[in-house]
Amino acid sequence: MDKIRASLLKKSVATKIERRGKILSLSCLALIIVVVFLIFYFVASRGLATFFENHINLWQFLSGTQWNPGTTGTNGQPAVGALPMIVGSFLITILSALIATPFAIGTAVFMTEISPKRGAQILRPVTELLVGIPSVVYGFIGLQVVVPFVRNTFGGSGYGILSGTFVLFVMILPTVTSMSADALNAVPRYYREASLALGATRWQTIYKVVLRAAIPGMLTAIVFGMARAFGEALAVQMVIGNATLLPQNLVSPASTLTSILTMGIGNTVMGSLQNNALWSLAMILLLMSLVFNLVIRYIGRKGKLNNER
Amino acid sequence: MADNTSMTTDQRNIMKFDPKAHEIALSTEDLHVFYGKSEAISEGDLQFERYKISALIGPSGSGKSTYLRSLNRMNDRIATVNGKIMYRGLDINSNDIDVYEMRRHIGMVFQRPNPFAKSIYENIAFALRQRGMNNKQELDEIVERSLRQAAMWDQVKDDLNKSALALSGGQQQRLCIARAIAIKPDILLLDEPASALDPVSTSQIEDTLLELKQNYTIIIVTHNMQQASRISDYTAFFNLGKVLEYAETGDIFTNPKVDLTNDYISGNFG
Amino acid sequence: MNAKRADKLATGILYFVAGLVVLILVALLGYILVQGVPEISWHFLTSPALAFEAGGGIGIQLFNSFYLLFLALLISLPISLGAGIYLNEYAPQNTLTGLVRTTIEILSSLPSVVVGLFGYLFFVVQFKLGFSILSGAFALTVFNLPILTRSIEEALANIDDNQREAGYALGLSRWETVTKIVVPAALPSIITGVVLSAGRIFGEAAALIYTAGQSAPALNFSDWNPFNISSPLSPMRPAETLAVHIWKINSEGIMPDAKAVSAGASAVLIIAVLLFNFLARWLGKRLYKHLTAE
Repeated sequence: MDKIRASLLKKSVATKIERRGKILSLSCLALIIVVVFLIFYFVASRGLATFFENHINLWQFLSGTQWNPGTTGTNGQPAVGALPMIVGSFLITILSALIATPFAIGTAVFMTEISPKRGAQILRPVTELLVGIPSVVYGFIGLQVVVPFVRNTFGGSGYGILSGTFVLFVMILPTVTSMSADALNAVPRYYREASLALGATRWQTIYKVVLRAAIPGMLTAIVFGMARAFGEALAVQMVIGNATLLPQNLVSPASTLTSILTMGIGNTVMGSLQNNALWSLAMILLLMSLVFNLVIRYIGRKGKLNNER
Repeated sequence: MADNTSMTTDQRNIMKFDPKAHEIALSTEDLHVFYGKSEAISEGDLQFERYKISALIGPSGSGKSTYLRSLNRMNDRIATVNGKIMYRGLDINSNDIDVYEMRRHIGMVFQRPNPFAKSIYENIAFALRQRGMNNKQELDEIVERSLRQAAMWDQVKDDLNKSALALSGGQQQRLCIARAIAIKPDILLLDEPASALDPVSTSQIEDTLLELKQNYTIIIVTHNMQQASRISDYTAFFNLGKVLEYAETGDIFTNPKVDLTNDYISGNFG
Repeated sequence: MNAKRADKLATGILYFVAGLVVLILVALLGYILVQGVPEISWHFLTSPALAFEAGGGIGIQLFNSFYLLFLALLISLPISLGAGIYLNEYAPQNTLTGLVRTTIEILSSLPSVVVGLFGYLFFVVQFKLGFSILSGAFALTVFNLPILTRSIEEALANIDDNQREAGYALGLSRWETVTKIVVPAALPSIITGVVLSAGRIFGEAAALIYTAGQSAPALNFSDWNPFNISSPLSPMRPAETLAVHIWKINSEGIMPDAKAVSAGASAVLIIAVLLFNFLARWLGKRLYKHLTAE
């Protein structure tokens, strides 16, 4: 009797294990958070040096069109104009998303609404598999197939925005498709049944009811694809030509933030302006990835509100 | 009769034991349970006699399960429990009490059978091993004894290494009872243990509980009034978060003092 | 009438679009396999690469890819498991937890090139690890942590609460219940998540070019002492992986048979990813069966 009473007032083995386990798992989580802050701190400390140590004007950095940080440009200042890369990055991101969207949504609708059986058996596994294909493989195929195709069709070297767009289009297609299909699948069955029962055709049901209900999910899919395109480095670097010129047309060699970063980091001396300027490009990448994240969040919150109403 | 309702809800009849004639295993004093701001139990003070079966009945939402789960503090993380829960002269609803140790003495069996995704043997031996019992022979003995007490040894003795999830629902629930008594608790709390089972399994479980009564104090929540009348010694009737009546089971079912109890057991509501 | 015609037209267009996408995807897979598989031979898979002449293999790169994968999983799995457990089992539902989740999401959406650059600054330069297996493994860990944490958290969340209650009711602590009951029950989906993330790590290149480096020095496969720099196990040697190799030979363009080697290496990568996918599904199903019935 008394033994039980006493044991209730003592710290048991379980309590000690519990405390240790909780601390252990919390430290794992804390470690991940620390890593994220370290990433931001390290990239920012280098990236900001361009402006604070080398005293480059931010506006000049964002709007300048000459990129050759080792030399001085026409205005007597170091030539650190990042506009060509910024334009390049946005251009291929937007173009590839524009092309991928109708294909992805069309395929997703086919998979979920027109032929769910084939969708589940063939299309879905294939798209999910393709999501996992390494980006260098896309780059390699781009180099072997897309670049010659562009060269033969449009002239020029074949390297440029167009080739980059094609490669990214194929690369983000599986991701956007499978996420859009998820969004469509999440639309409750009774929405469709109600619409069909009212005498609407299948297409009217899809267009007026299902697609509308799935808009937030599909927007998320597209933005997700854009984030992937914006951050992709090697596949793009392999086909874009890497000329730090403001793109005049879609088939002349151009560059993106990621492509110049991959090319340059190893060839510049740590702490030099050339190097710092590259870290400033990395900082833009980091910030854009935050922006994409915020947009996805915003869409998610909006979608939730709409569904609750 | 309609104008009587306001009066009848104030009617209460709650038995108190004479501590000289009855040994109290567990009791609550001034117990209140809140989910966030809404009060789930506003008054629920009961005493439970040792080596007896006490049944908690009442319509769904009456708070009987909430009350039961508060007794071994399973509600700690989801609800605020105020008041005293007295066990061996200690208020176990206090921060000084080691809650994990306490649950070894006040065990629980749940509504849905929840065996671990482990073998039948491991389901029982696991908690013991976790507390440092590693003697194979000793473990074997406890596994056998617990399964015998739960009246399922003969059915599973050759399949001890099979997954517990392959058992039928009734067998799973008896395994859960065996698992609970393997650590030799003082008190066994059961939350509608037979509600998900067929009549045959239900009656087997009832037989098991009547067996276990010799060594355990049992408190059982049930919405099956026949079950309460078949197996319990005392019955408490819950409604809207309050205990309205607590008495010997025979009295409750033949001669309830509270109108609402009468309405409930005669099937007029709930 | 009109609505019906629109329905037919739309259905036709959808068939066409889906068909086109399937065609693109199949052509993509087909191209890699048709171009690459004929290149694959025992010699190709085992011999070292040759920089200036044709006929080299991918032996060292292949080994490096697997070794890095192994190390990255070795480091990231316990951390993700701990973090996943905390998030799903302990974290209170409040603003701080929300912020933590957001932070992890941000990490998972960072471009892998940024992760690689951070790895370069932090592991290669700051910690003076140089271009090495270790730097690469750490960079891949950073890359893998958020994904794995997320999938482990989801796997744990899918386990019915009644399993936890069963543990608590036996007087087990939350930690014991989670590690000994919930995690084993969630093992099938955890393993699936791990193998799928392995596929991603295996093909990752951008995070590695400035951490594990772009060179694959000759290895002495008879020396298994990790402290010798020419040992395959040495964590301090630079280690070009298969994916980095494909990128490098294509952007340098010195190797005369770069196309053939890349095609072969791409096919190997794809096949590996395929295998990881099938393995993930198969293992998950297998383990699940094992858990639920004998």
